[in-house]
Amino acid sequence: MRKSSYKNFPDKNGNFGQYGGRYVAETLMPLILDLEKKYLFYKKNKKFNDEFSELSKDYIGRPSPLYYAKNLTEYLGGAKIYFKRDELNHTGAHKINNCLGQVLLALRMNKKRIIAETGAGQHGVATATVCALFGLECIVYMGKKDIERQKPNVFKMNLLGAKIIPVESGSASLKDAMNEALRDWVSNVESTFYIIGTAAGPHPYPMMVRDFQSIIGKELKNQIIKKENRLPDSLVACIGGGSNSLGLFYNFLDDEKVNLYGVEAGGKGIKTGQHAASLSAGKPGVLHGNKTYLIQDSAGQIKEAHSISAGLDYPGIGPEHSWLKDTGRVKYVYASDKDAIKAFKICCKLEGIIPALEPAHALSFVLKFASKQNKKHILVMNMCGRGDKDLDSIAKYLNIKI
Amino acid sequence: MNNSRLNICFSKLKKKKKSAFIAFLTACDPSFSMSLKLIKAMPQSGVDIIEIGMPFSDPMADGPVIQRSYIRALKSGSSLIKTLNLVKNFRSTNNSTPVVLMGYYNPILQMGLKKFINKAKASGVDGILIVDLPPEVSDELSLELDASKIDMIRLASPTTTIERMHSILKASSGFIYYVSITGVTGSKINKILSIKKNYMYLKKLINIPFVIGFGINSPKKAHDISRYADGVVVGSDLIKEIEKGIENKSNIFNNVMNLVKKYSRAINK
Repeated sequence: MRKSSYKNFPDKNGNFGQYGGRYVAETLMPLILDLEKKYLFYKKNKKFNDEFSELSKDYIGRPSPLYYAKNLTEYLGGAKIYFKRDELNHTGAHKINNCLGQVLLALRMNKKRIIAETGAGQHGVATATVCALFGLECIVYMGKKDIERQKPNVFKMNLLGAKIIPVESGSASLKDAMNEALRDWVSNVESTFYIIGTAAGPHPYPMMVRDFQSIIGKELKNQIIKKENRLPDSLVACIGGGSNSLGLFYNFLDDEKVNLYGVEAGGKGIKTGQHAASLSAGKPGVLHGNKTYLIQDSAGQIKEAHSISAGLDYPGIGPEHSWLKDTGRVKYVYASDKDAIKAFKICCKLEGIIPALEPAHALSFVLKFASKQNKKHILVMNMCGRGDKDLDSIAKYLNIKI
Repeated sequence: MNNSRLNICFSKLKKKKKSAFIAFLTACDPSFSMSLKLIKAMPQSGVDIIEIGMPFSDPMADGPVIQRSYIRALKSGSSLIKTLNLVKNFRSTNNSTPVVLMGYYNPILQMGLKKFINKAKASGVDGILIVDLPPEVSDELSLELDASKIDMIRLASPTTTIERMHSILKASSGFIYYVSITGVTGSKINKILSIKKNYMYLKKLINIPFVIGFGINSPKKAHDISRYADGVVVGSDLIKEIEKGIENKSNIFNNVMNLVKKYSRAINK
């Protein structure tokens, strides 16, 4: 009997198995139902897709190259390592793929006011960028703690004309920024479109964000066949909310010979409780409109996440990942702050690429994993962001004054 | 119609042509004993239904006042178990005033739906309102609730269409809570007249009591709304009195009860 496709999810109610769904206040329900309807319409609309493709090419700079990391491959002496270079996108990360898609949808829904949450600031910058491009008002909610540690991105958003609202409630980081953005949305339902930055939130967001990001894996499939004449043996990506990894994995979900690895942020170590590894150390619950793995206490209160990387510092995870974990299709591991910094340094010196701290987590896994594979093993890692934004954090961690 | 406390309460008020005064407090803000003292005193001061907030770390539909209240409560050691104990303690002295729990789904899910419903029933809870559990995702809980006779109270809002109102109604009992504005709790009401229009538009479809809450921050507004609504919910404004009490070290109990009495007079005028 033929197994059903992993790509048939979510179902019509937005469920990936028991995960996902629409856990929002009644005021927002009609809005997300409308959003779903519009998204499903435009997803098949030629004009919409043509505009998305054209701007992906000319504005973002897609397709992003597939680069053979020869020095790293030789250094590790195992698998042949490729980087999918999404850090070369306009604004320096994969985030803009999704922002472009959602803003094109917002324009068609006649919404002139855009709101977003941001952690590392990459999604905020990408949202501010597309809003500048289309002349839309842009409001970005950002935790006060993140504003401190991501100053260059805050400055960029200001230059792009966005208004940044510091969030002081709760732990003053990404989850609280998302709470505030949801409160804004419920207060400005007529005028506002909420661009969620990761593959989480109420349906249709997890599906929509994944679809817009799936361009990464789609390109990769063509590129790797041209270079190697076959599919890779493994794909590796870091996971905060999980959008770059789903973007990479989605078109390979049904190619069961391709092993998929998601790398969460282990922070200071799982045992310390200071981490952001929702899948490795959390349990299923409901937050921000979806059912998914969450870092929480036994009473169901959400705990603060910790990671040196602001982009991974989130106590939840996209619901599709929760489902892919339970089905066993994707293997989830984690890397500590310390391991990520080590991988970061190796990448700078060996490949001349300064990675963001997020993909440095993925790279940390690659360092351990690739050396154990034979030379025929082909591995592709998503280099989903560049490290410019993290220089302050890294210098601070290493006790270096710049 | 069954003889639940909520039904009895609303029928009595209907005979007197009165609107229900529903007062909201967060469980254990600032302490278990203060919450208990307040809810015990409320019925004598004109509160018809008590609504108790179950604190949650990420209350995405609440404004700053209730957010701070939830944080204070969690710091004071509030939990779902303590919230239920609070109701149990209250029930030992009062067997007629309905108690409704309001909050978010995750703490309930973690306790276990069956366990929560059983404990709520045993404690004397009459209704529950879960903000982030619209009818589409509440099958599991509804199944558990059906046997318990605890009412499932749901929200309707200015964005609710007639079509949705039908499905909300099907999945509700006890009463329906109309969110007066598109916004979070404690938001400013800009157009008080449009509330009546929107409320009346949905009211004609609803065959159970239909109350109004969110943003009712003065006895005057409560009075205006009580003239046509089946009930008026006051929350953030009462909780502000707790904050004031903490800030200027005045008597929290007297602060809150004085305001409760003002609202009660305004609603029953």
